Amino acid sequence: MPHLHVLASTSPSGLQQLWFVLIAVLWLGYFFLEGFDFGVGILLPFFSQDDTDRRVMINTIGPVWDGNEVWLLTAGGATFAAFPLWYATVFSGFYLALFVVLAALIFRGMAFEMRGKKDDASWRTWWDRAIFWGSALPALLWGVAFADFLHGVPIAAGATWTGNFFDLVKPYALLGGLTTLSLFTLHGATFLGLKADGDVRERARRSGLILAPTASVLMLGFLTWTYVSAHTTHHNGLVPPFLPILGLIVLAGVGWLMREHLEGWAFVATALVIVILFVTLFLNLYPRVLVSSVSPHFSLTLSQAASQPYTLKVMSWVALIFTPFVLLYQSWTYWIFRKRVSRPDTLPAPSEIGS
Amino acid sequence: MALLGGITTLTLARWQFGVTTVFHFLFVPLTIGLGFLVACLQTAAYRTKDEHYDRMARFFGKLFLINFAIGVVTGIVQEFQFGMDWSSYSVFVGNIFGAPLAIEGLLAFFMESTFLGIWIFGRGRVSKRVHLASIWLASLGTMLSAVFILAANAWMQHPVGFKIDRATGQAVMTNFWAVITNSTFFGAYFHVLFAALLTGAVFMLAIAAWHIRRDQQKTTFTKVARIAIVVTLLSALGTCFMGDTQARQMDVQQPMKMAAAEALYNTSDGASFSLLTIGDLTGNPIFQIRVPHLLSLIADNSWNGQVKGIKQLQAADVKKFGPGNYVPILWITYWSFRLMVGLGLLMIALGGFGLWLVRKRRLDTSAWFLRFASLMLLAPFLANSLGWIFTEEGRQPWVVYGLLKTSQAVSNVSVGYVATSLIGFTAIYTFLAVLEIGLMVKVARKAPEELSARDDERPLELVY
Repeated sequence: MPHLHVLASTSPSGLQQLWFVLIAVLWLGYFFLEGFDFGVGILLPFFSQDDTDRRVMINTIGPVWDGNEVWLLTAGGATFAAFPLWYATVFSGFYLALFVVLAALIFRGMAFEMRGKKDDASWRTWWDRAIFWGSALPALLWGVAFADFLHGVPIAAGATWTGNFFDLVKPYALLGGLTTLSLFTLHGATFLGLKADGDVRERARRSGLILAPTASVLMLGFLTWTYVSAHTTHHNGLVPPFLPILGLIVLAGVGWLMREHLEGWAFVATALVIVILFVTLFLNLYPRVLVSSVSPHFSLTLSQAASQPYTLKVMSWVALIFTPFVLLYQSWTYWIFRKRVSRPDTLPAPSEIGS
Repeated sequence: MALLGGITTLTLARWQFGVTTVFHFLFVPLTIGLGFLVACLQTAAYRTKDEHYDRMARFFGKLFLINFAIGVVTGIVQEFQFGMDWSSYSVFVGNIFGAPLAIEGLLAFFMESTFLGIWIFGRGRVSKRVHLASIWLASLGTMLSAVFILAANAWMQHPVGFKIDRATGQAVMTNFWAVITNSTFFGAYFHVLFAALLTGAVFMLAIAAWHIRRDQQKTTFTKVARIAIVVTLLSALGTCFMGDTQARQMDVQQPMKMAAAEALYNTSDGASFSLLTIGDLTGNPIFQIRVPHLLSLIADNSWNGQVKGIKQLQAADVKKFGPGNYVPILWITYWSFRLMVGLGLLMIALGGFGLWLVRKRRLDTSAWFLRFASLMLLAPFLANSLGWIFTEEGRQPWVVYGLLKTSQAVSNVSVGYVATSLIGFTAIYTFLAVLEIGLMVKVARKAPEELSARDDERPLELVY
């Protein structure tokens, strides 16, 4: 019978570092792409005056949201393969939070497919609520989770969880959650500014003046806290000071870019800010993957969580060969659907539409 | 950890896994099977310019998409529940089991979702050729995803290409090629693939038959029914053939599962197979119908071949693995196995009779067959579920055969958490099932309208 042991931490090998970077890239890709899907969902009740507006908004992400969500599945699968102990500790430890995220993603995904299948106003209203909550909850909780990774969760020796659900909702983590929530909302607004036409585009453009400052303040608070706690004695992550400063400058400029009708640049800017935020968090985390709030000695590190070199090598080859194709055809879909979505002159009900 | 009445995390985690997996797998085979058939219909429409095929491709395409969505959203739970409920398992197998899961995302899910997006939204925006290619690529994606998940499952049934790492206690991969060419994988993959095609074909046939019987668009639906009948017969035979080869493999690799399929207590030569049993399964039935030598034929492909019995296997396992109970729950394995096989044979009959009627040109007038075909709608779904229940329950008490017991695999989480998520997910699945079935029935009953030429040329501004 197997008895599982967690080894003492050593300095990570090149392969382990590579896979830490790749996992980070998968999460970055997920937040960059699904970030605006979440944003569009959160803004759905605010940028729409009627059902057609809502349909315009949903159709901007219609062809791509499912492909964007696959980044999450791949990140999950790759973490399972490359860092089994990280995957197992996080997913069982964040049990209830993860349950909420999964339930939210289920309702949101169903809503896109379902809302148009019946020509009934209250039917659609319910699904629109599902889209809103199904976007807002994950947008908040992913931030909470990543803040927890860094600020510590109650794990004792051998990656054994000793706390409960409430250990996950500390002020720092909540601030992290609000930061991602506001950032993804802004990202959704810049995406709509780029992809929608007519009233929705106009509302998105104007919203930047409120959303960008809100996100800036939250991110400033969150990053300041992150950096202050990074200078405690036990912290051994990487802390490049220029990154968050750059992020904040870019973020502050988004409102202006949108006001000046530079929607394309505004979208690039919010994408960049999301990347900078998560790069900062991953760098701070390294070489750990999960910080222990019980004692720094119990923090889970890359070398402890990683699979054997053979598995990592096999996975590296697979990733090297196939990732270019995925990036190529996924980019191609964005090219196919590059046209802005606008209110049509005549409109068949979605339930009448053949596929 | 135990709840009131001695309910443990383990028990609830097992229910949670069973409920999620069975629910998820109601939709997956239909996605694979119907995706392929819709791609075929669209190809027929593209090549022949026959308006009937085009209409059918759209009609079944709509049903395909309703079904696809629910498969996607439940698939996320499927992947994450390993870490949530089975963290010891995840740590133990991650080196090996994680790789196919990650590769499934990279190779299959991206392909499936991206090209399906192009297919749904691209009509009129991309050329007809590209539109056709997109459904084929999405279909290929669905078939590829089954490759990786079954490679992962095959390793749980028959672990190969690994060693146990002394320092960590984990199973670590030593040969990736061995893992993806596992002999168990090959049989399981084609068994599942044929079963998925069968599911799509019976689904299509049942709906077509319903419309033919009501005289709605008879010509169109008869065309589809003919295709569905041929696919039903071929894929039912294929499923049966692969299942037969799997049984012989199982007899060698997991003899206890074979014995449990028949509830065979004592090793016998030329063992018979019971079609049904009334009374208990302890060897003293009230009533039984037995077919002589059949079990030996199934397990060993020979008239007098030896099939090992539960008692002997239990004793051998105790010797090998130490004290414990190595017998799965017999009523589950016994009944799931014969019901699955029985339904499979019934579907062969469906295809066979159907083909005979097609050749006699009496398909659209044979009321009893059309009724029978519609009733068979549930058969493939039931058979798929029973198949998984059999193979997973039959492996118990092991989660990884011979290496890790299910009882050792569970997470160290409180029973309250698992209870919450079990109740929550079950409620969500029930809600989704009611919704889904309601919508499916509504869409399936409505005969597709004639399409005007304009629909084809102009891209829709708003699809959703």
